[in-house]
Amino acid sequence: MAAAKTRSSSFSGNLSSAASSLGPGLKCGPNGTVLLSSGIPDLDKILGGGFPLGSLVMVMEDAEAPHHMLLLRNFMSQGLVHSQPLLYASPARDPRGFLGTLPSPAASKDDKSRGPEPDQEKGLRIAWQYKKYFGENQLNFDGQRDGKHKYSNEFNLRNPLERHFINGQRVDCFSIQDSPDLSILQDRCTTFLSQLPRNDGSISCAGRIAIQSFCAPQCVYSNMEWEMLSFIRSLKNMVQSSNSVAIITFPPSLLSPSFCKRWQHMADTLLSVKAIQDDDKELAQLLTGYQDMIGFLNVHKVARINTQVPVILEATTFSIKLQKRRYLILECLNQAPVDGSSGTSYGTSGSCSSSSKTGNLDF
Amino acid sequence: MNQRSSNLLDEALGLDQASEPWPLKGRVVAIEDRVETSGSFILHHLLKRSLSRNSSNVSIFIAFAQPFSHYDRVLRKQGWNLVSQRDNGRFFFFDMLKLQCPVGDEGITPGGGLIALYGKIHKTISALPEISQKNVSIIIDDLSLMEVAANGSSDHVLDFLHYCRTLTSEFDCSLITLNHEDIYSTEDGSTFLLQMAYLADILIKVEPLATGLAADVHGQLTVSNKGRNKASNFHFKVKENMVECFYPGRSRD
Repeated sequence: MAAAKTRSSSFSGNLSSAASSLGPGLKCGPNGTVLLSSGIPDLDKILGGGFPLGSLVMVMEDAEAPHHMLLLRNFMSQGLVHSQPLLYASPARDPRGFLGTLPSPAASKDDKSRGPEPDQEKGLRIAWQYKKYFGENQLNFDGQRDGKHKYSNEFNLRNPLERHFINGQRVDCFSIQDSPDLSILQDRCTTFLSQLPRNDGSISCAGRIAIQSFCAPQCVYSNMEWEMLSFIRSLKNMVQSSNSVAIITFPPSLLSPSFCKRWQHMADTLLSVKAIQDDDKELAQLLTGYQDMIGFLNVHKVARINTQVPVILEATTFSIKLQKRRYLILECLNQAPVDGSSGTSYGTSGSCSSSSKTGNLDF
Repeated sequence: MNQRSSNLLDEALGLDQASEPWPLKGRVVAIEDRVETSGSFILHHLLKRSLSRNSSNVSIFIAFAQPFSHYDRVLRKQGWNLVSQRDNGRFFFFDMLKLQCPVGDEGITPGGGLIALYGKIHKTISALPEISQKNVSIIIDDLSLMEVAANGSSDHVLDFLHYCRTLTSEFDCSLITLNHEDIYSTEDGSTFLLQMAYLADILIKVEPLATGLAADVHGQLTVSNKGRNKASNFHFKVKENMVECFYPGRSRD
């Protein structure tokens, strides 16, 4: 009779076959995974280090704002800076043109400062709404930050990426607008991923796939619901057995609710972006720093590879801001102080988990 | 007697007593989960219970969702080495990640997808030694992906499940399936789910709390056990090596 030997420790140190040497832009993550950066350092911190290789990231777009493009641009730029092969598919006629809008890494002297230095705070009483500037310790798997090969870069959205990053790289662009079905895209993905097989050795190179607005109505195949789902499933399978990360953005309002849920279940990491109305007086009263926000980012699901434990974040909604109009940052939401005379109590300055019902002002 | 802590989930399923025959023998267990709360941990838990039952228990795992390496790592943290179980003939892993029935075929013709899969299962069970034939658990992860593989024909998936149901009566197997409830919550989509719920002897729903997710309580389980005419509801927290179940307001049993 086999006796079950339950180990009390939750960490099994079976890293014997783990990558002994990792290429640029890669670092070890939990449970034997290898991570690459999303191109947005704040997002990496939120997700526990980055996107794991072999995972599928899906981003639900908001028809009213192109914030998903910000995520895509940073994702693609980060890959190019690290010389990671890239496959980009979009419904535009000339997807290559999009490469011209990719941001360049910020020079180190441009590095933004995040508020007053902690040293200056000795002897000062900091009002609670500024506490957010001082090290909220989130899960942090900080890799080394030396020299040229930083794991993740800040990207300056006002400077375009230098040409040499794009030329002479394995960059494949593909327009999905006119494809009658998905077989061509499937073949392109298969070819791309065949260069990046996963084996137990070291990982010299990881690849990135970015598919934008996958079910956009101008695409011929966009009413073939089961075919699109099959494609996503097969892409996910191919990515799982290769050293790559695929990101797919899609407008959820264009799918039937049932299929939208199916797509959401497919994702390992699920994000959504939301537009912010200019001049929403209610929100302005509710949140601090409202004027600087350009949108919200919601984290619905975080990849759980090689583990059954779900990742529960302290906060799932973040505001998207452009610092100095160049750097994309994500911040926790903070409630504005309530007018004491009204008698209602303060909310906490921390962030709130989202409930299962999404409302208009759902944080 | 194995030294293991049984919990509310085991109680609700009748697994807390080390009784013969195994309470799940010949039964269909349907697990329904949502995007916010994944129910795959229950599959891992039941697989663990099935393996620890006695040495003649065999598990057949039909995987549409994750590759073998994922389950291997997860079960390793719970004290089970799936590679050695596979080598000893106690664990069969059918990797269905790449199964895609050609369009138009949809598993009807012999040799097409789902029929072939059923044939393979039947053959595997028939090839087992007599004693093990009576102690087989078939686990499917998950049904919504089986539908995708069948190009959306839920009828063929249901047919396949009915075929597997015959195995529960012919060989006394247990059939454990996972599906996603929130996919079918629209009106015209609910037939498949209802059929599955009708087929099941035990229905386990994995849902988030009404107030959202929390670090200490990952969600709630509702177990309806038709055989014992019993329904239970409790909260759970998933850990690397087990799942903790407790009544609302308490942190442990």
